[in-house]
Parts: sequence; structure tokens; C-alpha cells
Amino acid sequence: MANDIFTDKKVDHVKGSRQFIADEPHIAFHDKRLWTLRELRDKEAHGIPEWEQLRELASAIKSHTLTHLADYLEEFERNATANGVTVHWAKDAAEHNRIVHEILAARGVETLVKSKSMLTEECNMRPYLEERGITVVETDLGERIQQLDDEPPTHIVVPAVHKLAKDVAEVFADTIGTDRHNADPHYLAEGMRQDTRPYFIKAGAGMTGCNFAVAETGTVVTCTNEGNADLSGNVPPLYIASIGIEKLIPKMEHLGVFIRMLSRSALGSPITQYTSHFRAPRAGGESHFILVDNGRSDRLAMDDFWYSLKCIRCGACMNTCPVYRRSGGLSYGGVYAGPIGAIINPTFDLKKYSALPFASTLNGSCSNVCPVKINIHEQIYKWRQIVVEQGQVSFVKKESMKLAGKLLADPKRYRAWSSGAGKALAKLPRAFLYNPFNAWGKQRELPEPPKQTFHQWYAANRKPETEA
Amino acid sequence: MSSRDAILSKLRAAGRVPEPLPEVPLFDEGLPPVLDQFKASLARMGGQWVDAPAEGLDAWLGQRFAGAQVVCSAVPETMGTLRIATVTDPRALENVDVGIVRARFAVAETGSVWLSEAEYGVNSLGYLAQHLVVLLDPAAILPNLHHAYRQAAFADARYCALVTGPSATADIEGVLIRGAQGVRTLTVVALATPR
Amino acid sequence: MQVALFIPCFIDAFFPEVGIATLELLEKTGCTVVYPFNQTCCGQPMGNSGCETDARGTEALFVQNFADYDYVVSPSGSCVHHVRDHLTAVAQDSATRKVRASTYELVEFLHDVLKLTDFPWAEFPHKVGLHNSCGTLRRLGHASTTELNVPPWSKPLDLLRGVKGIEFVVPKRPDECCGFGGTFCVTEEPVSARMGYDKVRDHAGAGAEYVVSADMSCLMHQKGCAERLGMPLKFIHIAQILNGARG
Repeated sequence: MANDIFTDKKVDHVKGSRQFIADEPHIAFHDKRLWTLRELRDKEAHGIPEWEQLRELASAIKSHTLTHLADYLEEFERNATANGVTVHWAKDAAEHNRIVHEILAARGVETLVKSKSMLTEECNMRPYLEERGITVVETDLGERIQQLDDEPPTHIVVPAVHKLAKDVAEVFADTIGTDRHNADPHYLAEGMRQDTRPYFIKAGAGMTGCNFAVAETGTVVTCTNEGNADLSGNVPPLYIASIGIEKLIPKMEHLGVFIRMLSRSALGSPITQYTSHFRAPRAGGESHFILVDNGRSDRLAMDDFWYSLKCIRCGACMNTCPVYRRSGGLSYGGVYAGPIGAIINPTFDLKKYSALPFASTLNGSCSNVCPVKINIHEQIYKWRQIVVEQGQVSFVKKESMKLAGKLLADPKRYRAWSSGAGKALAKLPRAFLYNPFNAWGKQRELPEPPKQTFHQWYAANRKPETEA
Repeated sequence: MSSRDAILSKLRAAGRVPEPLPEVPLFDEGLPPVLDQFKASLARMGGQWVDAPAEGLDAWLGQRFAGAQVVCSAVPETMGTLRIATVTDPRALENVDVGIVRARFAVAETGSVWLSEAEYGVNSLGYLAQHLVVLLDPAAILPNLHHAYRQAAFADARYCALVTGPSATADIEGVLIRGAQGVRTLTVVALATPR
Repeated sequence: MQVALFIPCFIDAFFPEVGIATLELLEKTGCTVVYPFNQTCCGQPMGNSGCETDARGTEALFVQNFADYDYVVSPSGSCVHHVRDHLTAVAQDSATRKVRASTYELVEFLHDVLKLTDFPWAEFPHKVGLHNSCGTLRRLGHASTTELNVPPWSKPLDLLRGVKGIEFVVPKRPDECCGFGGTFCVTEEPVSARMGYDKVRDHAGAGAEYVVSADMSCLMHQKGCAERLGMPLKFIHIAQILNGARG
């Protein structure tokens, strides 16, 4: 499935989730680990009296910025350029990758160290550069595990959360030569550290994504825990940052609002170990910022969905999502998984991702934890309507809903059905009800059929005012 | 049309109704004393706090990092074995055991210290060193991030970071490991800035 | 007070006892209950599936049946949520607007409109775990959620505290979705069933004899899961307890 992300093969979330659920140790850990993050997040949120006010502010700052985005991008570009940074613009993934390659090729760079960036995942940059002879090294532990295992990240903050330590031991044994039989996370993390260090020293360039881009100063802000973004940005002579154009915020003082909530929402820690601000190249160094659209300007024009551009990629919606926790990131078949994936991926390819808006119970927990108050579950509901409108659901489903709609709009036909429904159920042999084609009965018992419907009871026991 | 102009004109054509920019309050009423809060936050983030060592900084360093071969100092309070002023290539700090810097200020809410190229001398000192010692004047602790982000220092520094404890990861089975790709330990030593 | 009773299609067909309990309970509280005879459904199954336009006829019928009443009461949170927030396939004329504003879920009607806290006829000497459905919790505001930093409240608990002998037990994840999710329960069967299993295990682990909820659809799903797992857990609608069921 991993390799299908950049094809147009339709995602089958049910199939993916079934595979994930079949493996008890993995699903049990995945659910528990992410629920723990949700609980840690709750503790932080409840410890800050102004938490809900911060969410309001963050949402409003983002609304303001997105409704003035072109102006803020120009301001950012102006300031970054004045700071000595070269600013590039990429309308899509292909242009982004071409720009990165041109920068690296012109300077003869053979090795690129980088920190985790959902945007470079979105652009599928790594294979593009590798095909052109550049060694790309992910330096975040989780992301490196995924790179070495040739899988996409399955979570936007903890990329290898679907793996157990023994899986990592296998991957590392095969790739960086650690002991296959030692699955102690400390040992494995140290193995990664020892393997990665030399790359920082020999790399000709370092790259990061961008959590926030401050228009007022032309600053790129990254929020990381492992120290790898600061190593990538401060050790090699050349620094490149890829920036989604929605990452803009107007002023430094607005960072107070976002930084207070980002790591608290993501991991339940008050701040990431490193909150780093790259404004100008260091003495003797060189910096490039690439502003990337890749569908964002289209999304801004969508009345029902532009709010999703507020996302600060904290992953809180994924941690809280009961469906994501029990189906795993790979089942979403896209760069973004979970609730945010269900509303962002369809903007890239509605047909491919038409199953994702249905991979939700619409429970709304995602919207409640979102630090920028994106109405995620309402957007999921809206996407369902669009998926159907565009003809991206099965004929059977569409026809059955048409029939249901007609039946339920006609009291006479409905009575005929409802008075027979229970009885029909009671008459059917168990083997018919609990067969592989009856999704309800596979893992659940059916309700006991009643002797009469409420309607029949009422007609028999109370005096009806009107007859149907 | 260039990609730049194409993107900007698409954004302008998106037709979003302008929304106002809210004022951000400082949220600084009723907060605990900054020093206590800083120590608690730092401990939570895996950093260590040390009161001004009575035996003097050098003696303390000698004891704390007994096996250290390369001690790189960016502060006048101790010489170390390597002066940062003599270093120009960031990669030359690969073998540093202990780096010593002084934070410009700190943030009580999060236990963070603020460091830029002015404090590091060479930025990679803060990340390639195995251990980092940060001198901090207890008078330079701000209550929260709203205060911190109103400091002009952010607009002046080429690079700066709020550094909070040592590097860390929990990417394998959620097991918290201090010392990921950056420093393994971070110790904040209370020492007033010399006048 | 005159109240129009809306009994959603699946309660009508599969859980008439919940409809009866709702009717009797409303009458006990002194309401005059009218049951419009031509009612069927609110349109939620179609809207929830993305087939909003197929809900138009059903929604129009709903408006036609209930437009004459100041209070429409239903023992189903998700249906009330649909009426209030998603009854959009039908024309938004004054009748539709009135129906959308006048439709109440049973718990909120008892709590907010009638302001009842005491049910002297009710006694339920059992350990009970409360299941707030996601629609009642996050859309109708039955209770505070663990996600938000707000002062805690719970309308269903306010009501149930007025029942003699009842004892509450709290699961570890009190407001985690149970996985019913409307058509989700069949279209996403593997995850739905897994969520249901986890939910009933959580309730049983907390020591619940009964799971009580204002949403029968969640209970139907959880009951199906518990029975398949061979768990002795029992399920009951809040209307039945408040109406005096002894269990």
C-alpha cells in the first residue's frame, strides 16, 4: 500500500483497517500509545485557564492571515530577501523538487540531511533527488525508521507509531547493522544516533520544513525534539527550508499563541525541546526558502474547506480519532492520515481518496482538540456529500440510499416495511443472518425482533387522532 | 507568468472576505514566581538545574564532567579546553564533549533558555556537543512565551532557539529517551551576569 | 404542555419499548403527548451517507408532520442532531425553520425545558455506566467533554441522580465513540466492531451491570458486541430508567 500513495489507485480504507486490526499486539499498542498522548494533551489543556481563549485566538489569527495571504507572503519575501535569504516560489510538487535539485546540483551537493517535513513528503521529494544521485538522509528517528523501511510516515508527529520496537530492531538490523535480537528502544535510538552523526558532518546541505513563517521578520520557525533540525540547519554550509504557503503568521508575538499550544496538543509537553528561528544565513552560510503552493491556493477558494489551511500539523486529531487509532496510518493511503487526512487528501484527488470521508463516525472529538478550531467533522460530512455528487460511491450504495429515501418519504410504504422488518428478521435462519455478506452480523449479534412496532402498539393501545 | 505571480494572483482571486487580526494578551496574571516555575518546567523537560556552585564553575565542571576531553567554552567565566572564538567551521565541533554558553534570557512557563549566534559563537556548539551547560542569570527569567515573543532579540538574531532541556525522542514505542540527535544532557547553572 | 412525539424509524421497528417508555414518561411529567401518525424518519441515514438529496422527501414529510407543534421530542440524540443541524435537503421555509428550532432530544427537554431533577416513581438499584453518544455530547451539549477546558456538566447525570438506588461507574474513556456511527457500522465493519468491543470491555471493566444511553443506536451496536463476546452486560435507554423500569 505504501507505494500506492503517488499512484491514482483508489484507497480501500476498510481493507487496510482489516489488516491492521488482525494483528492484536500492534493495534493494541497503537491505540494505547495514541490515547496516552491524548490524555497528556488533556492534562495540559486543563492546566491552562486561558486554553479555550488561546484556541479562539489561534483560529482568528489564522483566519486573518489566510484572508490576507498574498500580502503576508509578499511581506515575508521582502523581509527574507533583505535578510540575505534567496526566496523561491513553487506552484506544485514538481517545481519544488526541481528547485531543490537545482540548488543542490549547482553546488555539487552529494548528501542532504533533513528533518521531518510533511511538505517534502507531499512532494515525494526523496525519490526525485535520489534518482538524481543525491543521498537524502532523514534525521528524525521515526522518519528515518520509515525511510529505511521504505514506508511513508503513518502519523504526522510520530511517523513510526504503528511499529513495535521489535519491528524497528528488524529494520535497523537490515539497514544500519544493529543487533537483530536487541529491541531495547535505548539501544536502537543510540544505534540511529551513531549512524546519523557522520552524515551531519559530511552533508553538503541541510533541509527542514517549516512550522511557522513570520511575515514581519522573514523568519522560518521549526519545532522539533531531537535536535536534528538544528543540526541540519547549522552544520552544513547550505540551508534550505520548504514552506507551505499556509504557514504564514503576521508577527513574532503571534508565535506565543501557537507555540504554547503546538506541543501541548501534539504530545502533551509544554514545548518542543527546540523551537528554532531561522531568519538570516549565518556568517559564511547560504539560505534558501521555498514557498510552496501545491494545491493550497485552490483550497483557499473552496468555501466549505478553506478552513483546513489553518492546520498546524500537531496531530491531535489523529491521536483522539477512535477510527485512526484502530486502523493505522497506512490504511488512509495518503500523505496525511486520520481526520485531517480525510479532509485534506480529497482536495488533491477526490476519486483516489473518496473512501476517507467515510472512515469516520462523525463523533467530533477531532474538532474539539484542534488547537486552531478547524471544524474537521463538519468538513468530513460535507465531503461525503461531494463524493456522492461526483459519483464516487458504489452503485449499490447510491441505489440503496435512493430507495431508502423513497421508502422513508412514504408513510404507507414505510409501514409495510417496518411491520414486516422484525418478523422477517425473526424468520430468517441464523446461517443467513450471520454470513460473510452481512457486515452487521460478522462480529455482532442482531437485536431481538419485537412482536410489534411502536406504531402498531400505539394504534392498538392509544386512540390515534389521525389515520395514515 | 512566474509561479510567484501565479500563486499570488490565485490567492487574491480566492475571494476570501478579510477577517480582523485579534490582539494577543500577555496572560501573565496570577502566575507562580518565575524562578520556581522555571526550575519545575526545566526538570519536567529533562534539564537539570544547579545553583551557583560554591566551589566555583571550573571545579564544578571538573567534577560533573570528569571524563570530558574537549570542553568548548563560549563564556568568559571558564576557559575550557577550546575557545569558541578560535573555531570557524561548525563541523569542527564534532568531538566536543561539553559546550558552555550563556543564555540571554529564559522562560519560566516552559523551562526554555534563549540562545542565538551571539551566545553560541558557532551555532553547532549547541547541537554537536554531547552535553550542554547553560549559564543563566536568575534575573533574566520571563514569565511566559507571550513575554518572550515580545523581545526584540528575535528580530535581530540571524538564528535563535528556545532550547528546553536536552534533545529527546519517544519515537520507538513511546519510550522517552533523553539524548536523541543533539545534546544528551542540558544543565542550567545559576550565575548572575558579570557587570 | 403539548408535545409531539417523534419515534425514529429504527426505534419504531426494533425497540418499541423505548418509544412506549418515552411516551409514558412524558405523560407522567404532565405533558399532553401527540403522536403524528404519518411520521417515518428524519432523513439522517441518507444525509450521513453523503446522499443528502435523497433525504429531501423524508425531510419534507418530517416538516409536514411536526410543523404545527411548539415542542417536538424524540428519544434519539443523533436524529435530533440531524433535524437541528443537517435538515438542509428540504426548502428552508418558515415551517422548516420552526421544526428545526422546536425539536428536542428527550434528556434536554426534561432538563432544560421542564427543568426536572426528581423522578419519584423511578428506582434502579444497579451499577450503571453512562454512554453519551457523540451527537448528544458534542453537538447537542448533553455534557462537557474531556477535550475542552470548560466547567463540567452533565444533563443525563442530573436526571439520573433523581432515580433511587442508582449507582454510577465510570469507564476509563468516558466519551470515546463506541463505533456505531450510522452507516459506518456496516460500511466500516472491522473498525466499528473493534470500537464496540473496546467500549463494552471498558464498561465491564469499570464494573457496570447496565449501560444507559439516550441513543438506542449506540446501545444496539454495543449490545450486539457484548453478546457476541459473551459478556453479561445489559443495555437500557435512559427513558426506560426514568420511566420507572426496575431492570
